[in-house]
Amino acid sequence: MITRRSCLALLVLPFAAAAQTEEALSAAIRDAVGDKLATDGGITLRVPTLAENGGQVPLGIVVESPMTAQDHITAIHVFASRNPTPGVATFRLTPLLARAEVQTRIRLAEDQRLIVLAETSTGRVMRASAEMRVGAGGCLT
Amino acid sequence: MSALPSQPRIRIPRSARVGEVIEIRTLIEHPMETGLRHEAGRALPRDMLTRLMVRLNGEALFSADFQNGTSTNPYHVFFVRIEKPSHFEFIWTDEKGRQARSEARVAVA
Repeated sequence: MITRRSCLALLVLPFAAAAQTEEALSAAIRDAVGDKLATDGGITLRVPTLAENGGQVPLGIVVESPMTAQDHITAIHVFASRNPTPGVATFRLTPLLARAEVQTRIRLAEDQRLIVLAETSTGRVMRASAEMRVGAGGCLT
Repeated sequence: MSALPSQPRIRIPRSARVGEVIEIRTLIEHPMETGLRHEAGRALPRDMLTRLMVRLNGEALFSADFQNGTSTNPYHVFFVRIEKPSHFEFIWTDEKGRQARSEARVAVA
């Protein structure tokens, strides 16, 4: 959660800083999956249409995968496009899991895009995103 | 390794049928202070968990690496198919290397 004071600081960030946010997001994604091309689809995101409390936003991720030793999801990466820093979490999965599903709670500073990447044991990267609306905002609490 | 004061909570069934998929819910009390927040004009010092590691009968099952966007009191749910009596071990580690641990057993009915 972020205080009112730092929120005000965010509001007066110049446009150059907004560009840095995009750059930080691209860098975080590169750090996670390198230059692999991600294909859309195969991931279902369960998120509220409007997050009342930006400090505790429920997030459910379900990735289509047989979760066998040969073909399973190895990692799920979560990014937020307009938080002060883009990283949310990385989950490492194994075929001991019944399915490629994780539920958690995340922080969102303001309205923004949530980006989820899933890596398979066969070297593919899947991608999904959701436009998130934040009511009270992680900022004002 | 010193211990974290944080209190973990695990919700898991005590027994399951062979082949049954069970839900495991974990929550740990922790401020997940990013160091970006201010109070009374001063930055609150960073105090973050860095990782949750879960093992099943000694093998890596699931882990989570936390960044700033993970909420206070990290909460995670995942699903496991029970094939035999199962021992789960949960270890949270903070950025100073301190750990909190919990464990659970699931019997086969």
